[in-house]
Amino acid sequence: MKVSFIKSGLSALLLAALLTGCSSNPVEEQQTSTDIEDTSVQTGQVDTSAIDESTVETVTADTVFYFDFDKALLKPESRAALLEHAASLQSNPRNVRLEGHADERGTREYNMALGERRANAVKEFMVLQGVSPGLIEVISYGEERAAAYGSNDDAWALNRRVELK
Amino acid sequence: MIGKSAKSSMVNGLLMLLLLALASPGYSELVIRVTKGNDQPTKIAVAPIAMGGVQAKEDISAIVEADLRRSGLFETIERRDMLAFPSRATDVYYRDWRLLGAEYLVAGNMQRIADGRYQVEFSLLNVSGQKTVLTHKVSGTLSQMRDLAHLISDKIYEEITGIRGAFSTRLAYVTATRINDKYTYRLNVADADGAREKLVLESREPIMSPAWSGDGKELAYVSFETGRPAIFRQNLVSAQRQQLTNFSGLNGAPSWSPDGKQMALVLSKDGNPEIYLLDLQSKQFSRLTRHFAIDTEPTWMPDGKHLLFTSDRGGTPQIYKLNIATKATERLTFSGNYNARPSLAPDGRTLAMVHRQSDTFHIASFDLKTGRMIELTETRLDESPTVAPNGAMLMYATKQGDRGVLAAVSLDAGVRYVLPSSRGDVREPAWSPFLR
Repeated sequence: MKVSFIKSGLSALLLAALLTGCSSNPVEEQQTSTDIEDTSVQTGQVDTSAIDESTVETVTADTVFYFDFDKALLKPESRAALLEHAASLQSNPRNVRLEGHADERGTREYNMALGERRANAVKEFMVLQGVSPGLIEVISYGEERAAAYGSNDDAWALNRRVELK
Repeated sequence: MIGKSAKSSMVNGLLMLLLLALASPGYSELVIRVTKGNDQPTKIAVAPIAMGGVQAKEDISAIVEADLRRSGLFETIERRDMLAFPSRATDVYYRDWRLLGAEYLVAGNMQRIADGRYQVEFSLLNVSGQKTVLTHKVSGTLSQMRDLAHLISDKIYEEITGIRGAFSTRLAYVTATRINDKYTYRLNVADADGAREKLVLESREPIMSPAWSGDGKELAYVSFETGRPAIFRQNLVSAQRQQLTNFSGLNGAPSWSPDGKQMALVLSKDGNPEIYLLDLQSKQFSRLTRHFAIDTEPTWMPDGKHLLFTSDRGGTPQIYKLNIATKATERLTFSGNYNARPSLAPDGRTLAMVHRQSDTFHIASFDLKTGRMIELTETRLDESPTVAPNGAMLMYATKQGDRGVLAAVSLDAGVRYVLPSSRGDVREPAWSPFLR
């Protein structure tokens, strides 16, 4: 995990460094398209041969995909972003990690299995799109790493998720 | 590396103990709520033990009183109502205790018997029969006063109820604290009453699923410290530990066989979660289930030949029984759309589980013979049931506000209490076997 996290962290760093020449924050992945236009202006000052459109697109698509209770079916609204990631991983292969999570309801080990099933559902979708399975590492955290706190429907909905990292 | 982390966790354990000693408000705040109105608890008076000039930090009689009250089967008589503090059977005026309504009286005294060793001699007296039913001696060092108290409770409880006492047992559990989105997970062991918490393992990554070995000397658990889940075993005395699994995917839900030679566990290395058996001597894994559904949470039946486990092969999570030799499976639960995490009482017949009822998760007991399901808890996010080795109570994890706490309920649902907790979210209790 450490290695792949560092790797993806590094590639994000590298990308950010190339784009901005100075920023070192991996959270750049979350930037909006306007920001990226701003920064890509600066990329003109460095060698941009390694950067193409698809690389830029990967930083814009959603990286969190949500699920229903005790379900591992992809929701229609996850499709567009997943297609975007799949395309980017084919044109620009890199190691990614899919972290599966569950809400706090139900038992912990069952939720570990559920989190893995969700992450596998995302992986299978991407593999069907042509992504090499060897690039994708799947890990489940079950209900051990909540994204939202509180015991209510809103928090639970945010916690039933797969994160692409 | 393993040795080093074991050492540092021992140091942490010491630190933690010190912190607890300074910060803990004491365990007299235990909230005990007897919910069943028609219970007729036995009235017992535990006279303060005559200390004979020995300076002990612990009030042995108060610990005995708390133990007995917590069982739900006893009502104790307040010390301030007592007319005398007899220290031996010959000092007792039965009339005094009859007036207070006491059915039983405990009288005892302490004396120093050797360098650093102290002995408590105590008698259990039947007030209406005006006779001594038990006289017993226990001894230990000054640092073992809580152990002595729990031993005395065990003897009294067994004499009166006919059921072996489980006050001298321990709990393992996991706590999680979050500060600025950084987690600290801790695996702890404490006395069954929550006192004397000791740190077993501390990590920034999740710790899950503690399970006691049959001899009570080791814990197995899941730790994410390597970046992915792996099963470890750890000796509680030496703190030595060993990583047992390192497969891709799930490595979870360890459960020791009754003879301690094998471990049932869950691996998903072949694509989805399946139950495996690990021979702890030969380190060989053998696969027991073969199904595309989730199979998890194995637990042993006392015969060592069957496992109970959770599977959603029928569409919803339910409890199944597996014959290890034939690998035949049989579905046991049909009531409700979520029954999981089986925990078997020592009678081999009463099964505690997590049971979903109209969107709330309770602990329920299920009679394997009659198929009768009884809901034991009333709160809504109850999980991780673990039955005491004498089968009288079970401990489970629940929520108070947004905080995870441990609670206990008797298997007849007549008594319920919440364990006071030091800090953080407390979860996944595992009740030890008898330790002596």
